[in-house]
Amino acid sequence: MRAALLLSVLLLSSAVPALAQKSRSEAEKQVKFGINVAQYNLWREAITRFERAADIDPTYAAAYNNLAIAYEHQGDLPNARKAYEKALKLDPDNQYIKQNYELFREINDRANRQGSR
Amino acid sequence: MTAPTAKVLVSITAVALTAACAHYYEIPIETPIKPKLDVSAFQRVLVAGFIAGGIEDVDANVETTRLLRSQLRTKSELRVIDADTLPLLEVVASDRAKANGGASTPLPPIKEEKDLEQYETLFANVGYWKQIGEEYQQPLIVTGTVMFTTAESSRSVLRTQETRDEFGQRQNDVQRVMVERREFVLKPKFIFIDGRTGEQIYRQAYVENQFYSPNQQTPALSSYFELMDRVIPSFMSTLSSQKVKGTRFLLQ
Repeated sequence: MRAALLLSVLLLSSAVPALAQKSRSEAEKQVKFGINVAQYNLWREAITRFERAADIDPTYAAAYNNLAIAYEHQGDLPNARKAYEKALKLDPDNQYIKQNYELFREINDRANRQGSR
Repeated sequence: MTAPTAKVLVSITAVALTAACAHYYEIPIETPIKPKLDVSAFQRVLVAGFIAGGIEDVDANVETTRLLRSQLRTKSELRVIDADTLPLLEVVASDRAKANGGASTPLPPIKEEKDLEQYETLFANVGYWKQIGEEYQQPLIVTGTVMFTTAESSRSVLRTQETRDEFGQRQNDVQRVMVERREFVLKPKFIFIDGRTGEQIYRQAYVENQFYSPNQQTPALSSYFELMDRVIPSFMSTLSSQKVKGTRFLLQ
């Protein structure tokens, strides 16, 4: 009985990383496709792909970063902010995400400041 | 260098340093910024004119009306109504005369900002603006106040002067000297009125200034246009959407 329990724990512990790796690989495929279509200016499709990637692997910072850029391009600034913040939470030291967010904030602040002077 | 610019430069440097070990794609984007006002209910805009004061060399009412109309014509989808500017000062004078039982009192000259306060009742006169709206087929009405003033002032600056000491060696003396300068200040306040109801729907106020050295001999009108150039983008973004170009990094 004890041996059976030990065996199932061992099987589970080896399966979890494998599953995580599989979902990251699936998410990466979606992101890659999203990047391709974004480069052809097909941002709606890109959003669908980046959202799918984030659903498959909610720890994948790049998916949220790209989603934020796509939202930004579509003028959906509130959702862009949320996605950037999620990306930074997952990968706080990533210089690309930091720079994207900094540039986004300048525009977002300008949009909020207009007319309030 | 401004703090945000410095931050961005630091980020760019950091990105360049880590570029070698990451999969990224630099991509151009255009971020649309929605207009502050929903003007979809209007097809036409009437820049009615402004209560203006300050420098007498520049008719800020006429110049502002002309400038805003030309900007709206080229950069917005609204049809601009070509009409004479409304005689707003006369309207106020006539309202006052009525209130005083027919006795007309001359309006004091508008020299400073507080002189404009007495005209606020005009902009709140829903009946008057509704009537103007009916006359021009219920457009969006743009009006307000413009104060354009100038002032001479002086400030102290540090200047380095080269001198020679008793042994003939060169040395730099730093001296504090007073420098004269001329300042132009532009304070426009734009008021947006719904021509269907006569009610104010939005207002926007700005303050812009520019210093010149007295020997520059800058005409007041040039300074007016220089200062209005800074205000116009924000004014336009109230009525029409803008696109801000930039680049971002997509990551894999």
